Amino acid sequence: MKYIDEYRDADLTRKLLADIQKIITRPWNLMEVCGGQTHSIIRSGLDRMLPSRINLIHGPGCPVCVTPLELVDKAIALASLPDVIFTSYGDMLRVPGSSRDLFAVKAAGGDVRIVYSPLDALQIAKDNPDITVIFFAIGFETTAPANAMAILQARAQGLANFAVLVSHVTVPAAITALMDSPDVQVDGFLAAGHVCTVMGFWEYEPLAEKYRIPIVVTGFEPVDILHGILDCVQELESGRFEVHNAYARSVTHDGNQPAQAVIRKVFEMTDRAWRGIGVIPMSGYRLREEFASFDAEQRFPQVQSIETHESPLCISGLVLQGRRKPDECPAFGKQCTPQTPLGATMVSSEGACAAYYRYGRYTFPSPSGEPSGVSSDD
Amino acid sequence: MCLGIPAKIIELYETNGMKMAKVDFGGVVKEACMEYLPEAKIGDYTIIHVGFGLSILDEQEAMETLDLLKQIDALGDEIPGPA
Amino acid sequence: MTEKLNLLGWTCPLPLQNYPTIVMGHGAGGRMMADLIEHLFAPAFDNQWLSQMGDSTAISLQNLLEGSQSGSSIINQQSGINLAFTTDSFVVSPLFFPGGNIGDLAVYGTVNDLAMRGARPLFLSAGFILEEGLPMETLGNIVTAMAQACKKAGVKIATGDTKVVQKGHGDGLYINTSGIGVIPAGLDIGPRNARPGDAVLVSGTIGDHGIAIMSVREGLTFQIEIQSDTAPLYGLVEAMVTSGRGERLPAPRRALFPVGGPHENDYPPAIHCLRDATRGGLSAVLNELAGSSKVGIEFDERKVPLRPEVNAACEMLGLDPFYVANEGKLVAIVPGGLAEPVLAAMRLHEYGKDAAIIGKVVSEHPGLVTAKTSIGGMRLVDVPAGELLPRIC
Repeated sequence: MKYIDEYRDADLTRKLLADIQKIITRPWNLMEVCGGQTHSIIRSGLDRMLPSRINLIHGPGCPVCVTPLELVDKAIALASLPDVIFTSYGDMLRVPGSSRDLFAVKAAGGDVRIVYSPLDALQIAKDNPDITVIFFAIGFETTAPANAMAILQARAQGLANFAVLVSHVTVPAAITALMDSPDVQVDGFLAAGHVCTVMGFWEYEPLAEKYRIPIVVTGFEPVDILHGILDCVQELESGRFEVHNAYARSVTHDGNQPAQAVIRKVFEMTDRAWRGIGVIPMSGYRLREEFASFDAEQRFPQVQSIETHESPLCISGLVLQGRRKPDECPAFGKQCTPQTPLGATMVSSEGACAAYYRYGRYTFPSPSGEPSGVSSDD
Repeated sequence: MCLGIPAKIIELYETNGMKMAKVDFGGVVKEACMEYLPEAKIGDYTIIHVGFGLSILDEQEAMETLDLLKQIDALGDEIPGPA
Repeated sequence: MTEKLNLLGWTCPLPLQNYPTIVMGHGAGGRMMADLIEHLFAPAFDNQWLSQMGDSTAISLQNLLEGSQSGSSIINQQSGINLAFTTDSFVVSPLFFPGGNIGDLAVYGTVNDLAMRGARPLFLSAGFILEEGLPMETLGNIVTAMAQACKKAGVKIATGDTKVVQKGHGDGLYINTSGIGVIPAGLDIGPRNARPGDAVLVSGTIGDHGIAIMSVREGLTFQIEIQSDTAPLYGLVEAMVTSGRGERLPAPRRALFPVGGPHENDYPPAIHCLRDATRGGLSAVLNELAGSSKVGIEFDERKVPLRPEVNAACEMLGLDPFYVANEGKLVAIVPGGLAEPVLAAMRLHEYGKDAAIIGKVVSEHPGLVTAKTSIGGMRLVDVPAGELLPRIC
């Protein structure tokens, strides 16, 4: 596939790894913000190939992992209602709520359907005019333009039976919260390439300045990730803290203006609770008042007061912030496995815990004969 | 977040007032919304996320970056790219 | 009267206790289903034949008739008829998909389970659970497809059953087929036979069936020139076994004559394991074999045959092609020295044209499967947790 295969080239990968090895003089903690990047790193085996002085911390860039428990419970409550078709991206189906997940609702007879695009949910609403179709609008800034367009289209086409349950989160506020936290030790960030495709990277310039950390917009394929790491390490080694763009084929400084305009039209900033982390001010989107009629929470007020119960054993929040590694959790691999997840980080294919469980259980011998685990400190 | 995959635009049309396209992922053809890429034309490669085009891939930029990555000697050289 | 299940007596109570009811993941061919079998069905039924845990069960008639209870679950290599017996149920939705329908699967799926023991399939049973309201024409098309599939596979449906359930309870149609075949003398193909040094082969491109099904699934539809790869594999197996043995097999009716001595070393080297890669994909099969044989398996991702369109669809949906279901594809584990002749035999066959050697069996990491990735890295290839879901993240 064009624009993918070239970025999975084994020779270029080896070369970039050698380049990093040549310039790195001390350990650095780099956080990759995006769950898709985590997935790519682990699936390609890149984490085991990086010089051991690079400590990659997997950040909270997984909308599945950070969707607040309360919203998952609301989704489950809505999906359980009669005469409702609940539509969602596949990722959310196995996320544990307080007592069960959307899969369980489906098994119990609820009409829960996976969609690839919010426009598919819209089509289901058109095809079933007498039934309310609710769409679980989750994601970061990347997904907001798509979710927003569905709402605009519902209004334009008069689809009164369409409603959305919104749970958007945004990256810059999360970086601020992480950097303000004394427990988090991050030296540089690999910013999420597709979030920045939509938003540009102008928002990160004040952050790099304020916290004196390099931020490199990075793509998703192994070569992209190594490019981002190499750039970031170079900045760190030379004491710079600028925002660079290592995904220039897709990302520009100002981003996608039409998409940002539609986001602003449909959503406004709000405080959001991040599961396992807490409330981060101005870190999410909610529907503007004029679209209130499409808000599932308002249409079904009975789901507004929901009691949530997070597992007392789950430390997803600490993992998401990079303060603990998954295997430092006492429940890891025991009470908590991908089949029996206690928290979202074990469910999502990008969740750090799931990634560790699936890929990290076996310690591969490193080329020198010494065993090397998944990203160890030097 | 953000599974965004490159696909080539093979057809452009309008549905419900929205600019739409048929895109080819390399043997898989799907419909995608191009409202956010008003300048997109047939033959362009775009990043598609949840059925929406979000950017037109800059082939020139891609080639230049790859060439430089292949050539640079990390000791001393700057990494290219707009800051 | 049935005894109350002792839920606390299980060795690993957590997986099932966590689910008071069955969920879709229990049928997906991954770890959840394995848990269900291991902790509910197997202990309840508990017998030496079931504990073979192969695609089909081998039964030595000779030992059974002689009254040797302990021996009849093992293939009697010396004398008598060794039967293979299997069952499978087909609940696929949609009923019709590019390249076939539920009828093809119902025949070929069971025929292949027998073939994975090296058994020549002979007879099938067919049980139909029909949903009230199923159009007669639909049923007619499926049954015609089954008849054609039987001809192609060389089997006869010798017995059957029909039930009708109320509307809303059957997804249109469910089919169960059981099958009987005869294992030619001298063959002992089973999931426990893999040994370090063996080669791992796959008979062709992977992921075709699962992606073909997904392409017509509501909410995900996409255009793709891909068809399900459903096919009867006994002919391919016969070709492989023949090449592996270096001589023609005796026909089943001659199996009454002893073939050789009782020791493994007396037999020419032969295929160790065969498994068709259905739900759970290539990964599920490799993990099962690694687990059953208590060996490690290492393969090279780049050597696995994969159609570009299937690859593109997996990228688009965020799926790992090694987890995607197949139908007419098998994995073979053969002694290292046999890899080339078996591969050559496969490639000459209609259903093995794209066959490839993808990896090897090792003594390290028993029970685990590792893969060399496209960038030259290494990763652990686990079984999928449950149903395969497209993702945005």
